Amino acid sequence: MNTPSPAARPTAIRTRGLTKVYHSGEVEVQALRGVDLELATGELVVLLGPSGSGKSTLLNILGGLDSGSSGSVFFRDQALTALDDRALTRYRRQHVGFVFQFYNLIPSLTAAENVALVTEIATDPMRPEAALELVGLGSRLHHFPAQLSGGEQQRVAIARAIAKRPDILLCDEPTGALDSATGVLVLEAIERIHAELGTTTVLITHNAVIAEMADRVLVMGDGHIQQERRPQRRLSAGELSW
Amino acid sequence: MRALNRKLRRDLWRLRAQVIAIALVMASGVGLMCMSLTSIEALSDTAEAYYDRYRFAQVFARVERAPEHLAERIRLIPGVESVSTRVVKNAVLDVRGFGEPVIGQLVSLPADAATALNRVALTRGRMPAASNECVLAEPFAEAHGLMPGAKLRAIMNSHWQELTVVGLGLSPEYVYTIGPGALMPDDRRYGVIWLGEKAMQAAWDLDGAFNDVSLTLLHGASPDSVITRLDQMLARYGGVGAIARKDQISNWFLMNEIEQLKSLASILPTIFLAVAAFLTNMVLARLIAVERSEIGLLKAFGYPDREIAWHYLKLVLGIGAVGITLGCALGWWLGLTNTRLYAEFYRFPFLLYAPGPAPFVIASLASLAAALLGALGTVRRAAALPPAEAMRPPAPPLFRRTGLARWRLFRAMDQPSRILLRQIGRWPARSFATSLGIGMAVAVLVSSMMWMDAINHIADVYFLQAQGQDITVGFAEPRSRQVERELARIDGVVTTEPLRVVPARLRFGAREKRQALQGVPAHQELQRVFDAAGHALDMPPGGLVISTMLAELLAVKVGDVIDAQVLEGRRPLLRIPVVATFETYIGSPAYIDIAALNRLMQEQDSITAVQLRLDASRRLAVFRELKELPRISFITLKDAAVHTFHDTLARTLLIYVSFFVVFACTLAFGVTYNSARIALSERGRELATLRVLGFTRAEISYILLGEVGLLTFVALPLGCLMGYVIANIMVTSFTTELFRIPLAIQASTYAVAMLIGLGATLVSALLVRRRVDRLDLIAVLKTRE
Repeated sequence: MNTPSPAARPTAIRTRGLTKVYHSGEVEVQALRGVDLELATGELVVLLGPSGSGKSTLLNILGGLDSGSSGSVFFRDQALTALDDRALTRYRRQHVGFVFQFYNLIPSLTAAENVALVTEIATDPMRPEAALELVGLGSRLHHFPAQLSGGEQQRVAIARAIAKRPDILLCDEPTGALDSATGVLVLEAIERIHAELGTTTVLITHNAVIAEMADRVLVMGDGHIQQERRPQRRLSAGELSW
Repeated sequence: MRALNRKLRRDLWRLRAQVIAIALVMASGVGLMCMSLTSIEALSDTAEAYYDRYRFAQVFARVERAPEHLAERIRLIPGVESVSTRVVKNAVLDVRGFGEPVIGQLVSLPADAATALNRVALTRGRMPAASNECVLAEPFAEAHGLMPGAKLRAIMNSHWQELTVVGLGLSPEYVYTIGPGALMPDDRRYGVIWLGEKAMQAAWDLDGAFNDVSLTLLHGASPDSVITRLDQMLARYGGVGAIARKDQISNWFLMNEIEQLKSLASILPTIFLAVAAFLTNMVLARLIAVERSEIGLLKAFGYPDREIAWHYLKLVLGIGAVGITLGCALGWWLGLTNTRLYAEFYRFPFLLYAPGPAPFVIASLASLAAALLGALGTVRRAAALPPAEAMRPPAPPLFRRTGLARWRLFRAMDQPSRILLRQIGRWPARSFATSLGIGMAVAVLVSSMMWMDAINHIADVYFLQAQGQDITVGFAEPRSRQVERELARIDGVVTTEPLRVVPARLRFGAREKRQALQGVPAHQELQRVFDAAGHALDMPPGGLVISTMLAELLAVKVGDVIDAQVLEGRRPLLRIPVVATFETYIGSPAYIDIAALNRLMQEQDSITAVQLRLDASRRLAVFRELKELPRISFITLKDAAVHTFHDTLARTLLIYVSFFVVFACTLAFGVTYNSARIALSERGRELATLRVLGFTRAEISYILLGEVGLLTFVALPLGCLMGYVIANIMVTSFTTELFRIPLAIQASTYAVAMLIGLGATLVSALLVRRRVDRLDLIAVLKTRE
């Protein structure tokens, strides 16, 4: 797979000294303890780490769902820390695609309609049918979530996330609820979209095998990025199994 | 405290907003029911005690003149316990400072007060000792500010006599004081005055005689048989037919009011309690759905089904306890307020408002039963959940493509609108119940505000369209038409029209009804005979034109011949055909061409009242002249009657209507708030997902509140329709011989009801919207539901 060296590409997202402290009753939880991170445009980064290491917190802040307690986050030249709720909503609407562990499809909408949900509010979206083609669900357009398997539901969620042609695709444990074969199908969909649209992709997982398909692997622990590595050879999703 | 009870307490606290919303609806129902029941109890108890203590008679009869010794013979009628005779006459009064004519009913007080019936309850001053002393009925005295020591003049048998007020009083006979020809009490223009017996007999040349007799009966005696014997006995003394207590005018109004309260106690609270049951069901169903895994866990630990069912029933009882406590307190207060309001129109010397536990127990049990009924199905389902299944999350709701998707309109919709419609389509029964609940609120509003429309409609037809006269002057006995000509000559009188009223007992087959025949000109110009459709009727020469109410009472139709037993003069028995019927709202009148009536009575141009139209600028001068005329038994002023009508109803009805507006708002609020809150808790995850996907707060509020909005949209016309139906039921149940309430709901009433319903919905929607704004986007995404 030929991708330009990350160093040659402009920065999509950058954080400096990012911390996050949660207050849960009288308990204070330090979720992030000064994260410095740069993601190049079009890069596929896998975020590994045990539960409670701060992966999801970081992803939520990058996606504009949450804000840090201190430090800064930039999307291109825009400081996310300076945005209010309305502007953060606009940021998510225009630039970010989310894929969740539990799909979070709207049960009352068909696959195509779930995707249309996003394309209707985006500025330059692809057609919902095209997005579903991309994830291999061209024949399941009019099925409701309850009529689809877990893998299919997750692929609808991916189609929904990428139909707006997001600049950043954030996937939180996208294969967490799936078996290995179905998980690979889902990863193939993510890989294909990453390749075809050049979307900056961050993928959280517990599963170290998945790290093999990344441009770069970040290992988080105790609120820090403890380790960063670039796989010698990037595997394609189809080559993975667990 | 056991752990489950602690959970219950916390559940109640967590759901407090919804608990309060349901409790308020429940409280409205309980409050209304308590109000009606306590008022019924208070009015009945007060009336009973008053009637008993002041010896209210059971049979009443009027004669022209009967010798005093007749009383002894009356006493011998089987079933009679005691007899009290007196003199009762109407007279024109002159009250200083009041320009309009006033009519007084002058009633003699027997010398031996101890044995007398219909005794006066003296509220101030003393009983008359001299012939020029009198006791005034308290409402009349209050209306004119007359106190003991004040003086007024009365034309007694053509002579002005000055009377000194020595006391104020009330009587069980005049709990509701209504003048001849009036629809409402008008204490400024009609009042009761008690004088000594000797003074009355002397004034009206009735020494050793009486013109009015009252009886009490032995326990178990039938009034009907006594009345028959009494009528036979009094016929030759000019008796116009005795009546039983149930037909005595004051008592009739009072009992009628109590009957109406009874129907109020049944219809409206039922609506509130039904809605409360629905809300309880809705909230409980949701709570149990959320707590599936807890229920499974409890069962896994070995809690029996019974214990689990009891746990959730206790939640319902908890909500019920709040509602019932609020409702009983509200009901006690409303009952007191209502009874006091009644006491302004129904005058008692004392008011027994000491409601026993019964009304509260009945209302509480009814309310609790409704809530438990609403909860039963859900609780049973919860108890029946197998533990293993309960611990698994419920299967996701299955949506299918329906006919909806084929609609072009649907295909043109954005996704949020589709979500909204599919939610409704997925749970049609629940959605419809929500609409029904909001609709009930609108229905309550329509059916309470319709009274104003009905009253305005009656006033319009009865006073404005039908009555062209300014005043009616009535005489105690038939007079020649010469009197009309004399009245017409008074400066300021523009037009006159005669009226001849003949008291009669109408009979057809086995049915009988006491109803005066009213002789009016064939073509009336002043007091016109109007039907409910608003058409003026000309009198055909050949027979009677009777109201449909009378036709119904006698079971006659056009073409039938009625026997009319005249109850005055030579008391002829007339046979008159019914030539037409007409619809009317008030009374059960029977009209006939005055010339035909005079012929039948073998009289020449005889009249008993004259309608007058006046020159507005000369009104007071005309009143002054009228006060000097002898033998006038009543004068009614149309303006005053219209004013009293509106004033009285404004005081009572407006208060009722405002109660109901508050109740209906509670209802609409309770339903919409609970619906939206439940939708929010069921779909929080979905809404949070949409927020994450970049939807704004306004956009997701549209999905949530749009659903409630759409259901409200359906609810409004539905509510109007239900309001119409309920109004119809109420109107039917309130129909009496005296009043028919027209179902004349104005478009504006529907509009106002819908606006109020919409307003209450908006308020609850705004409250829920605040919660939508506080959705925790991250928390809902982390876990599977």
